[in-house]
Amino acid sequence: MRIACPLCGERDLREFTYKGAALALAYPSEAASAQEWDDYLHNRDNPAGPTRELWYHGSGCTSWLVVTRNTVTHEILAVELAENAEEASA
Amino acid sequence: MRIAGKGLINRKKPVSFTFDGTVYSGFEGDTLASALLANGVKLMARSFKYHRPRGVLTAGSEEPNALVTIGNGASQDPNVRATVQEIYEGLEARSQNRWPSLAHDVMAVNDLGAPFLGAGFYYKTFMWPKAFWEKLYEPVIRRAAGLGALSGAAVTDKYERAYAHCDVLVIGAGPTGLMAALTAAEAGVDVILAEEDSVLGGRLLSESGEIDGVPARDWAEATVARLQGMANVRIMTRTSVTGAYDGGTYGALERVGHHGVVAADLPKECFWRIAAKRAVLAAGALERPVAFQNNDRPGIMLASAVRSYVNRWNVAPGKAVAVFGNNDSAHDTAADLLAAGVHVSALIDSRPDATTDLPVPFYAGAHVCGSEGRKALEAVSISRASGIDKVQADCLAMSGGWNPTLHLTCHMSGRPDWDEAIAAFVPRAGMVPGMIAAGACNGVFSTAACLGEGAGAALAALDGLGVEAEMPALPAAEARDYRISPLWAVPGKGRAWLDFQNDVSVKDVKQAAVENFRSVEHMKRYTTQGMATDQGKNSNVGALAVLADATGRGIPETGTTTYRPPFQPVAIAAMAAGSEDKGFAPERLTTSHELTVKAGAPMIEAGLWYRPSYFPRSGETTWRQSCDREVMHVRQAVGVADVSTLGKIDIKGPDAGALLDFLYTNMFSTLKVGRVRYGLMLREDGHVMDDGTTARLAEDHFVMTTTTAAAGQVMSHMELITQGVKRKLDVRFTSVTEHWAQFAVAGPKSRELLNGLLDAPIDGESWPFMACGDVSVGGVKARLFRISFSGEQAYELAVPSRYGEALFAELRKRAEGLGGGVYGMEALNVLRIEKGFITHGEIDGRMTAFDIGMQGMMSKKKDFYGKGAAARPGLLDDERPQLVGLKPVGVVKQITAGAHLYKDGAEAVRENDQGYVTSVGFSPEMGSFLGLAFLKGGRARHGETVRMVDAMRGVETTCEVCHPVFLDPEGERARD
Amino acid sequence: MIDLKAKSACEGLLPIEIGGVKLSEVAPAEMTLIAPYRGKEAALAKAFGGRWPAAGETASVEGGVLVWFGRAQAMLIGTAAPTTLAKFAAVTEQSDAWARVLLEGAGARDVLARLTPLDIRDTAFAVGQTARTELFHMQVSITRVSKDAWQIIGFRSMAGTLVHDLQRAMKGVAARAI
Repeated sequence: MRIACPLCGERDLREFTYKGAALALAYPSEAASAQEWDDYLHNRDNPAGPTRELWYHGSGCTSWLVVTRNTVTHEILAVELAENAEEASA
Repeated sequence: MRIAGKGLINRKKPVSFTFDGTVYSGFEGDTLASALLANGVKLMARSFKYHRPRGVLTAGSEEPNALVTIGNGASQDPNVRATVQEIYEGLEARSQNRWPSLAHDVMAVNDLGAPFLGAGFYYKTFMWPKAFWEKLYEPVIRRAAGLGALSGAAVTDKYERAYAHCDVLVIGAGPTGLMAALTAAEAGVDVILAEEDSVLGGRLLSESGEIDGVPARDWAEATVARLQGMANVRIMTRTSVTGAYDGGTYGALERVGHHGVVAADLPKECFWRIAAKRAVLAAGALERPVAFQNNDRPGIMLASAVRSYVNRWNVAPGKAVAVFGNNDSAHDTAADLLAAGVHVSALIDSRPDATTDLPVPFYAGAHVCGSEGRKALEAVSISRASGIDKVQADCLAMSGGWNPTLHLTCHMSGRPDWDEAIAAFVPRAGMVPGMIAAGACNGVFSTAACLGEGAGAALAALDGLGVEAEMPALPAAEARDYRISPLWAVPGKGRAWLDFQNDVSVKDVKQAAVENFRSVEHMKRYTTQGMATDQGKNSNVGALAVLADATGRGIPETGTTTYRPPFQPVAIAAMAAGSEDKGFAPERLTTSHELTVKAGAPMIEAGLWYRPSYFPRSGETTWRQSCDREVMHVRQAVGVADVSTLGKIDIKGPDAGALLDFLYTNMFSTLKVGRVRYGLMLREDGHVMDDGTTARLAEDHFVMTTTTAAAGQVMSHMELITQGVKRKLDVRFTSVTEHWAQFAVAGPKSRELLNGLLDAPIDGESWPFMACGDVSVGGVKARLFRISFSGEQAYELAVPSRYGEALFAELRKRAEGLGGGVYGMEALNVLRIEKGFITHGEIDGRMTAFDIGMQGMMSKKKDFYGKGAAARPGLLDDERPQLVGLKPVGVVKQITAGAHLYKDGAEAVRENDQGYVTSVGFSPEMGSFLGLAFLKGGRARHGETVRMVDAMRGVETTCEVCHPVFLDPEGERARD
Repeated sequence: MIDLKAKSACEGLLPIEIGGVKLSEVAPAEMTLIAPYRGKEAALAKAFGGRWPAAGETASVEGGVLVWFGRAQAMLIGTAAPTTLAKFAAVTEQSDAWARVLLEGAGARDVLARLTPLDIRDTAFAVGQTARTELFHMQVSITRVSKDAWQIIGFRSMAGTLVHDLQRAMKGVAARAI
């Protein structure tokens, strides 16, 4: 598998580590309810199709990336810097 | 028997080698199989299960029978295919799975028991009594059945891993692959041409046709020469592409040192990872055998193999060769044999309408239905409408048609389609993104069509790359239609073999169907068809055709088993190359490492770092003596320890304080410049991630310390926070762990030591507890932190790493001069346990600030990472395990880490578990073992006695629960 | 006043030469990591005469070179960073943090191909280009300084492993040439 890092270009999978759903960027506010915390920490969709994932280019530029990937075909549809991702909070 | 002809052997270079100790001679260019056949050796192996005598079936990497062991001792390679192994002077090959010898194999008795040993025999027979399996049945079966054996010694040969990149990867260098590579290369893109054979040309090397009016082999040679002259082409011979993976990544195994005496440092094999933007699969096709009674006698081989031996290696595989097939390949083979002057005793074609002009006894609409001979073929039986004829033959060339080598197209879960016209599976387009199958592996068999498909596939690949190119002029070549009439198994009694490698017969597959193993995947596992080194390359399609017939379904409905990587066997040594010994993981060494090792300190691993356990002195016979002494040095004089391994992160910017406020549970923006504060960091789920001290060196400049173990994790965590969670913060940070060599100077005489060393002396007032700032050592700008992990008056002194070794030596000398010395991890551990300071032994990922008694550090005035999650009721439950101290009060005065705690008098069973011990040390000052532990509701239980049981070590004692800080609870020493 | 003796990261380990490929330690020089604050990128670039390196690039500046060193940062090598930069960027001295070696020779690229998944073909990695990537198990910075010479910067503490891994690859490549 190869991921096209927006800064470094296409790189081998081994330079990256996987964190989980990109939802991890949507950190709840201090006032969030218990349900909101539960959703943030534990509840994830498991789609057969495109999914948004958080990857870390730890052996490269140390950018966090949001990778849109199809879980059926393994096709990578988009890679963006986490700082530009729609999930990212303040 | 060697015959005349212009093969690819170098008759000027004879090569001698041994097989089972006998010396034979071949020529440069021979494989072990061709050389043995040239010497009249037909018996090369014993079969897996029944120990039946076997000869070579093929001339390629799909060989199921002729597996041998090469070499001796640690560099012994089992299960090497004789058809792949090139001979070289001094090669030692041995047959496998026989005793005492290949010709007289005692285990051949299995074959007599064959009626009882069919499919599922093991499953049915060795079930009862259950206990017999491990002790009796399995060892006996394993000894009787099997392939070659490993030496049992650690591998001493070198293996290698490497990466390659290209625009177009062409897999296979037959007519299709050569044409594809040439077309792509002429368009100027980077091409890798990978070929598993040692010579490029594929089937052109084994056949007798012409291309562009010259022998096909000469055309191949000329084309290869052209490719070799192009800077954008990389030709990789002896390289088998073993797998297709996501994103255009391909695995490939190169045989580097298998074809000669290996020079020191030369790898035996190299495992390549090739990243290709596009790929052309030109893997060709594999001929398939026909199942008939006793179709496994040495001398019976595939027609394509016979052509290879005759044309490429100038070996006649027999004196009288019979040829049997259901397609035109049989006729081509007979023609080649005749042209080479080999006697063809019969040509048998199962197609009733077949004709021939060849001057050979011809049988149309007939089948070979049996064979005779003991350890080699002597005659074949031919059944036709009029009855059964017997024909003398010491070799039978059989052709059941061709299977496209489409395995790689299925490596990403793709399934092939059945093509009725050629009675074979063909690849479905697009099954591996970016890869195009062309030529024979795409079900196109004439040379002309292959050349066209190769060029066409290259154009498609170029188009995908955005490169324009035109269809080249295609060379003229044979363009005959492929005609075949399916024939999988000749009806008849006895055992007709489908899978030679696993001894699976037609009867076994039918038996599986009878027992309702109707799915091809179930049949495979029940009969073991398609397993081991050839992975059913010779038998899959035949076996599923028999299964389809037995279950009354068509072949497409029956389907195939799943083709998975690797396409060829890959030694684990090749995949893991470089990871042995010191290559296993990077070693991180501190600047004091050399001196530490020289001092005789045993080193222990802390993550990737190496740290001293203790520094033995003469007269000390146990580690405890050294450790106790080192602890007392710190408590009574001064000790020095290298603490460079702790993570140090330099944080700068207008929002540096704000970032720290969010990262840590407690407040940092209020910290005064020149001061240090202890902080606690949580994960998003509210559990403790790490702890450490952070110093404020300037208004917008902090240096954070992490634990050794969590340094990398904290760094990536901070990246995540600043890039995605608090992305508006204007702050930058970087690791400076490596830049600073940092040493703890701890003990009542620590200030005295420093004042003899620092360029300007310090005092307690200007450098109070938790102060930090710049100092100078021998003119070198250094940093001093007054922090303590021992509870004593202590400092940490940091200098740029280049001075680390010199400073360590100096500190050590001065500490010893003051009645102290250097100390290792054991003493460091005791010192911190005495003070109740936690490490990752305690904060193991399951603990909250509440659990470790630091709930007071969770600020109510601000938000911090993990705050909301940490506030969940379950994480604040009074019954959660809480950090406590333990002192032994029973007869046994020992505490052991990992031991579990139970209420006094309670039975030591899981249901009664109250907690466990996380850290243990012997305090020389207190003369007692001390433990840190987690105990249910422990903070309210100080003074209670609990039962400690270590079932692993067999230690049991009674402990008193106490506050985790054993020594100087007011912290006066550190402030001294 | 005591005299602290300095020791370089690869002292006692290098140089080595195998099969025409040479691995040597680059003479220690000042290394300063410069990371611009938000919105200060342009001002910082201006301070370097507009020669701030884009991702994967290097830029020659007076007395030294700026090597792109990862997300939003570059390493200034060979000269001290002007103190005025602190207005625009986090400026962190790292001269002692790294082992800096030079791999050179006709076979150097083949040696690297044993260790890094980076595409180092001429078309993908020209002279003057740089990358943060892996060298076997380690995160490193690789810069192509000339046709056959590559600068590799790895963690100082891992200098021994850096040399070990490169040496192993050098031996394997050299053995093929025999």
